[in-house]
Amino acid sequence: MTVNDQNINELHHGLAGEVSRFTEAWRIFKKNKLAMWGLIIFTVFFIVAVSGLFLTTGDDPVLDPAKVRLSEKLLRPFASVDAEMIKPGDRPLFGTYLLGTDDLGRDIFARMMQGAWVSLTVGFVAVGISVLIGIVMGGIAGYYGMYRIKFMHVLFLIAFFCALVFLASGQRGLAVDSLLLSLLFVVISMIYNYVSLEGTKGPVTLSLLFFDTFTVDTLIMRFVDIMLCFPSFFLILTIVAILPASIYNIMIVIGLTSWMGTTRFVRAEFLSLREQDFVSAAKVMGIPDLSIIFRHMIPNAAAPVLVSATIGIADAILTEAGLSFLGFGVPPPHATWGNILSDGKRFLFDAPWLTYIPGLSILVVVLSFNLFGEGLRDSLNPKLRKR
Amino acid sequence: MLSFTIRSLIQKLVTLFFISIISFLVVYLAPGKPSQIDPLNPKFTPEDLVRFQKEFNLDKPLHVQYYLYYKNLFTGHLKSWKDNQPVMGKIQERFLNSLWLFVVGTVITWCLSFPVGISAAIRRGALFDRSTTFLSYVLISVPGFFFAYILIIFVVNTFHVPVIAMQTFGMTQADNIYRIMDRIWHLVLPSILGALGGIALLSRYVRAQMLEVIHQDYIRTARAKGLSEDVVYYKHGFRNALLPFVTMFGLILPGLIGGSVITESIFAWPGMGRMGYEAILARDYPIILTLNFIVAVLVLIGTFISDLLYMVVDPRIRL
Repeated sequence: MTVNDQNINELHHGLAGEVSRFTEAWRIFKKNKLAMWGLIIFTVFFIVAVSGLFLTTGDDPVLDPAKVRLSEKLLRPFASVDAEMIKPGDRPLFGTYLLGTDDLGRDIFARMMQGAWVSLTVGFVAVGISVLIGIVMGGIAGYYGMYRIKFMHVLFLIAFFCALVFLASGQRGLAVDSLLLSLLFVVISMIYNYVSLEGTKGPVTLSLLFFDTFTVDTLIMRFVDIMLCFPSFFLILTIVAILPASIYNIMIVIGLTSWMGTTRFVRAEFLSLREQDFVSAAKVMGIPDLSIIFRHMIPNAAAPVLVSATIGIADAILTEAGLSFLGFGVPPPHATWGNILSDGKRFLFDAPWLTYIPGLSILVVVLSFNLFGEGLRDSLNPKLRKR
Repeated sequence: MLSFTIRSLIQKLVTLFFISIISFLVVYLAPGKPSQIDPLNPKFTPEDLVRFQKEFNLDKPLHVQYYLYYKNLFTGHLKSWKDNQPVMGKIQERFLNSLWLFVVGTVITWCLSFPVGISAAIRRGALFDRSTTFLSYVLISVPGFFFAYILIIFVVNTFHVPVIAMQTFGMTQADNIYRIMDRIWHLVLPSILGALGGIALLSRYVRAQMLEVIHQDYIRTARAKGLSEDVVYYKHGFRNALLPFVTMFGLILPGLIGGSVITESIFAWPGMGRMGYEAILARDYPIILTLNFIVAVLVLIGTFISDLLYMVVDPRIRL
């Protein structure tokens, strides 16, 4: 044993020290100045958003974003508070409106702090949902893609889908009928499986219903194609407008309409990883599929997902701002950068800071996410390094 | 070629069928009924509600509604719920307005991104390259509506021209030359805004493509032959870098409606995006669905054209 260790030490002696992937990526990332700025601004934004959450919530918040002071409306940044009109308890922090006030005399600084947290959560939750769906769909398409779906299972899926749709539209009778039909298909499948397990050839009529149709991969990737055909912003706008206004609906809808890119990346990575030796080795060792996927394949496929997630957060923040601008964003008690901006548009010439402050903040934050994401892509992708 | 065309057409029709189902379900299964849009209106009696539902087939089961909706769409009988006008007629009118923005925006995009992308690639790492790279990130990251307001303030304060809507109100009596100038001023800002995202993406893409090409062997050969730098870059390099962009002609079609919702609302431009926005506000389902369907058709036509162009431009590709 010790001899073996010595040998290994000798082998490593003349070689350069082993560098982990993270250290290597960090070394390249550090050289990219724009990406470093992106990371710094991202960190600052994160700290601001978290402190904004703590400072603006509670019964008596330090910064009250909802306090209306009608005598103090449309003040410019750094305007000090009028001590005669405003009670001590209603005054802003330090007695000045750091970023001015809006048309109801609310402190823009407090609203921006609250909005930072909202933007951050919208971005992260929406992207979290889309990455989750993307990994599951892409993983299934990449790992189990070659299996063909039997005709009977297609029938089952259609019947079950119809049952759900009829249920949602309130047509109970049709829903029960479709559900029964889908149950019938399940029973037939179980009988068929039982018969095939017995080793005997089942009745010919039964096996006729079980011919192979398309593959799992076709099913998922065609679905991706279908989703890509929708005009995304228009679709999001439609759904958000129809659903009751709520911050969670916006996150969910943005997440549900933006998973296609991640699915494609994950599928492509899985297709190439599946053929590699370490996966074959794991299979030979009898490690279960799920463990292979989660322990061995997903960590290796993480780089493109991470990059697209970072850029996805930027897109989600922009989309939320656009929705707020059109009046379908996060509903009023919450301040978001988007709705501060859209409230401010009526005072474009009288109070331009109501437009510039949130607008520039969105620009800087989204820009930092984009730069960080691109830097990440360059440092994680060995192919691009040589150029 | 023929077999590819037929196969692709069938595939796209199947895709379109599923799109029609999904977009129909998204709109019709949402909570809230379109008849509830004006519950406080005292003139809207329960009898009217029943008549409304009967008139627009809302009392029928879902799959019958689906069938009737698409039957009406294809036979041209589909009516808007708000004013009972044919949907296709309304869209046609708005389509022509959007087309202006789209054409001008596309021309601006293509005219700007190619020179910028190529120069950035040739002078890789120089100040020009780095500043255009940064600028394109800024353009991707800026909220369109915020930038629109900055541009409006700038143009209105500097040139003292009105920019909102398609033309200045009351201009119809003026001389032709004034009217044309007025139309152009109104066209400039919305089309620039529509083009911005495209410029940022396309110029980055041109740069990457050009970088790929100028490291090829035949470029070195061309230099070795003693050709001038311009000939090397534009005759040997650019032509080969151009191949992918021929195919992008097909992919820009859906931009007709895509990102124009916000721009058209800001500039009060009576185009398709704003029409969709108004339809969403009024819960005018036939118009929402038809716009969705048109975009889907445009996307499919676009990919089809770009696939065909691929084969025409690059004979090595066999699909």
